[in-house]
Parts: sequence; C-alpha cells; structure tokens
Amino acid sequence: MSVSTCPSRECPVRDEQGLDAHDRAIVLATQAGLPLVPDPWGAVGREVGLNGEAVLERMLAMAARGVIRRIAAVPNHYRLGYVANGMTVWDVDDAQIDRLGREVAAIEGVSHCYRRPRHRPHWPYNLFAMLHGQSREEVERQAAVLRERLGEACRDHRILYSSRILKKTGLRLARRAPQA
Amino acid sequence: MSPAVLDAVDRRLLNRLQNGLPLVIRPYATVAEELGLTEGELLERLSRLREDGVLSRFGPMYHAERLGGGLTLAALAVPEADFERVTETINAFPEVAHNYRREHVLNMWFVLATETPARIAEVIEAIETATGLPVYNMPKEEEFHVRLHLPV
Repeated sequence: MSVSTCPSRECPVRDEQGLDAHDRAIVLATQAGLPLVPDPWGAVGREVGLNGEAVLERMLAMAARGVIRRIAAVPNHYRLGYVANGMTVWDVDDAQIDRLGREVAAIEGVSHCYRRPRHRPHWPYNLFAMLHGQSREEVERQAAVLRERLGEACRDHRILYSSRILKKTGLRLARRAPQA
Repeated sequence: MSPAVLDAVDRRLLNRLQNGLPLVIRPYATVAEELGLTEGELLERLSRLREDGVLSRFGPMYHAERLGGGLTLAALAVPEADFERVTETINAFPEVAHNYRREHVLNMWFVLATETPARIAEVIEAIETATGLPVYNMPKEEEFHVRLHLPV
C-alpha cells in the first residue's frame, strides 16, 4: 500500500478501521435501512452532504473491505412461514472444531455458524448453527444431517427453539467520530 | 404472528433481494429489469413488504467488528415469575440489538452491539447489576458462516 503525503485539500482523517467522517456519516444514515427511492445513493448523499456518486463509491469501497457484508432484505422468519427457528448447539472436540465448523456451515439451511466459548458445567456447547423450518420436524431433519456430519467428534447437542422475539432492532453502530 | 399472504411476484422479489441489492447506479431499476417489473412497481412492493413487517429491515448489513464495534451473544437464566420485568430491563439497553426467548434453562438470549469492544464488559456488568442475574457471555471465537436466506 502506498503512503500518501496528502498534499491536497482532500486529506481525510481516517480511524483505525480506515473509515473517515463521511464513511461514518453514511453508516449512520443507512444502518436503519436504505431509502426506497429510485436513487437511494443520492438520497443518502443529501443527508450526509455528498453527491450520489460519491456515496456509491464509498459504499463499494466499504463492501470491498468487508465493512458492508451486502445490501439485503432481512425477512421476518415468522411472516415467511418459518415458525420453527432452532439454535442448534453442539459439544464438539476442540481439536476438530475448526474443520467441522466449516463443514457444518456449508450444509444447506445453516444461516449462521460460529464457534463460541463453553461455560461448564452448565453449558458444554462450543459450536452454534442456526436452522430454520416451517415445522420443528423440518428443523430436526436438518439437525440430523449436522449430527451425522459431526460424527464421533460430537459428544452432545441441543436445539433451542425461539419461542418469542423480545426485541429486534438490528445493529446500531458507528456513532463514534473518527479519532484525529 | 401469522404468515403473510404473498403472491408469486412478492416471492420472487423476496428470494432475489435476500441475495443482495447490487451496488450500481439505479440499483432498484436493475433488479426490477431482472424480474420483469418496473422500478416503480418494485419499490412499491418493497415498501409494502417492509411496512407489513414481512421484512424486518432492508439495507446494508454492516460488519460490527470491522466498524470497530463490539459484538457478543449473551444469555440469562431468568426465573419465570421475573420474565416480563427482566425483558423490559434488558430491552431498555440501546446496546441490545436482538433479544429472543428460547426454550432452555438459559431462556433469554440477546445480542449486544457496542461502539467499542471494551464497552461490552461494561454493559454486561450493568445488566448484571440491573437484573441481579449472572450473564453468560458467548462472544464468537470463529465465524464459519453468516448468510440468512429463507426461500419462499
């Protein structure tokens, strides 16, 4: 990466994530949602004091760096008929979890998959995989596929169904100003 | 919460947009053309789906850690008699992004999103003080996959 000596008036202060004040303003303006208008970049730009092209360019750069995962429709599972949402949790051999976690994550129907710390003795599970179905039977069929893949490396597992959404606002981040 | 009544166009739109809106000029027109709709028709349907709560959100999915933020999953074992009170207490924290009731002794599961990683521990301590319950903190140690797609 080349280091600019920043001779021009365009010398943005970037924080440790490589975001400047305009990027942060875009995050703030869009974290609750993208405007549903023909030119959403222009609409965001009017809020943050940039033109639409500059907004699009910055969002492309953030997507390239993985700051934006994608711009997507997030469904309410229940309204789409996915009434059975199971957080499956597995007690997997530490020596094999990184390989098996990747394998489990690739199985159709797994939406999120993470390794997390155990809290023994109450919580021996270290692998989490979210499954979604129109019925609990469907989730259990999917879980059986995961169980088979994990084989003898898995000592125990549970399916924790969500029985109520208590809050769902999504992330609210990036209020912090970049540090000069 | 009852399943929404969706027609074939809604379904195609939902399936398509769960995969993401392209980062191009006039992105809705681009997707509309793919689906054989007008831009106006697509925007109208998308607005309706969002207003009706079929979509809980439409927009950029930000990567909390790459924004410099803190993120964790945490759980509580809430006594049944206290469940409503604790729900109110937890939901009042702006750092709580999602909160679900689940069927287990650990019956409340919430995601904390904070502006800095260091803030996670402070919020957890505040939650323990406010609820009188120990928080089981389960930050991700490895992310194998994140991609919600519910075909309709």
